[in-house]
Amino acid sequence: MENAELESILASHGHRPSELLATLQDIQGNENWLPRESLAHVAAGLNVPLSRVYGMATFFSSFSLKPRGKHVCTICMGTACHVRGAQRLVEHVEREHGIGPGETTADLRLTLETVNCVGACAMGPLAIIDGEYHGQLSTQTLGRLLKKLKG
Amino acid sequence: MADEKCNVVEFKVQGQICQGTLGESLLSALRRHGFEVPSLCFHEAVSSYGACRLCLVEVKKGRRSKLTTSCNYPVQEGLEVQLDTDEVVRHRRIVLQLLLAAAPAAKAVRDLAARYGIEETPFVPRPEEDCIQCGLCIRICEAVGVNALGFAGRGVSKHATTPYEETSAACVGCGACADVCPTGCVKVVDADGFRTIERWHLKVPLTLCKTCGRGFAPEVHLTRMAGQAKLEIAHLANCPKCRGRAFAAEFRLP
Ligand code: FES
Ligand code: FES
Repeated sequence: MENAELESILASHGHRPSELLATLQDIQGNENWLPRESLAHVAAGLNVPLSRVYGMATFFSSFSLKPRGKHVCTICMGTACHVRGAQRLVEHVEREHGIGPGETTADLRLTLETVNCVGACAMGPLAIIDGEYHGQLSTQTLGRLLKKLKG
Repeated sequence: MADEKCNVVEFKVQGQICQGTLGESLLSALRRHGFEVPSLCFHEAVSSYGACRLCLVEVKKGRRSKLTTSCNYPVQEGLEVQLDTDEVVRHRRIVLQLLLAAAPAAKAVRDLAARYGIEETPFVPRPEEDCIQCGLCIRICEAVGVNALGFAGRGVSKHATTPYEETSAACVGCGACADVCPTGCVKVVDADGFRTIERWHLKVPLTLCKTCGRGFAPEVHLTRMAGQAKLEIAHLANCPKCRGRAFAAEFRLP
């Protein structure tokens, strides 16, 4: 991430240490993950110890310290989705793309993630692909959706 | 000292009248009066965190009584405190079983558990773990202004560590963390001219005492101290022992 870009994120939060969380969210929003240099920059810019920044970045599972793919597929593993076969969806991605939950393909194209219930149980099993919810998924449909992803 | 007087509160411990000052933790007040309360995560030098849950006591305010950790409970006027009631002991035993599972390799935990007749834990132990994640090292590191340590992760994977589990650029190897660690899981080893704190992935060169030649403190630590105290680094060229001797010599009668 460009330093100028980072600076503008820091500035948009007034360089306030109390807005560390929001700052990290913005970085993750832009980059899809939290690069190490960015965290060091944030720590210096907000005058917050790196240990605190690292603590926050590792506390929330929505933050990633590893590069994530251009596309993110999040499969719900909550109770309702689980009994409706969410595991099969995960296995499908594992088989077709060679990545398990939390992993990213080598070409940085796709990241697989799991979550425990997104509050849309009636639609289960479901996956969120690049922010879009897809319910009543079969492995075929999921496969088709993932194939359709551009780039 | 009229001002100070109004800050004094009176409370009862097992019927005995005790005094504390406003803002003081119940645990320090209890200890000051000679009462014994077990604890692992408490240290006078830093703020309380309430992590180990061992300092449980029963407090009664008005008609309500409850169990609470005393290290982060402020003393208040009119409290009635009971120390080792059946309730307290029953809960402390559960806490000890949990701690024994969390850090079975910590002798301090095993000893304390043994004192309560607990040798085994019904919970799934973490073999070889000797840290109870009480965060004292983190709090003292913050208090000395270094802030090299912090908690990372969450829930069962929460742990005290340096950023990215690597050597921290901030750490000066002062060893305060090891001094306060209740289980001794942070170990400082001075050998062959280096200080090593393996837990924090640290290895820094020691400064050798100008007089006795013993490696006594990390160079980075001395540099930092000299900077803070606005002293020439040369003032810190001798180890505390030799410095003391030199100082005492000035007062020796001819
Ligand atoms: S279990 Fe999947 S949305 Fe609730
Ligand atoms: S000393 Fe109070 S909780 Fe650890």
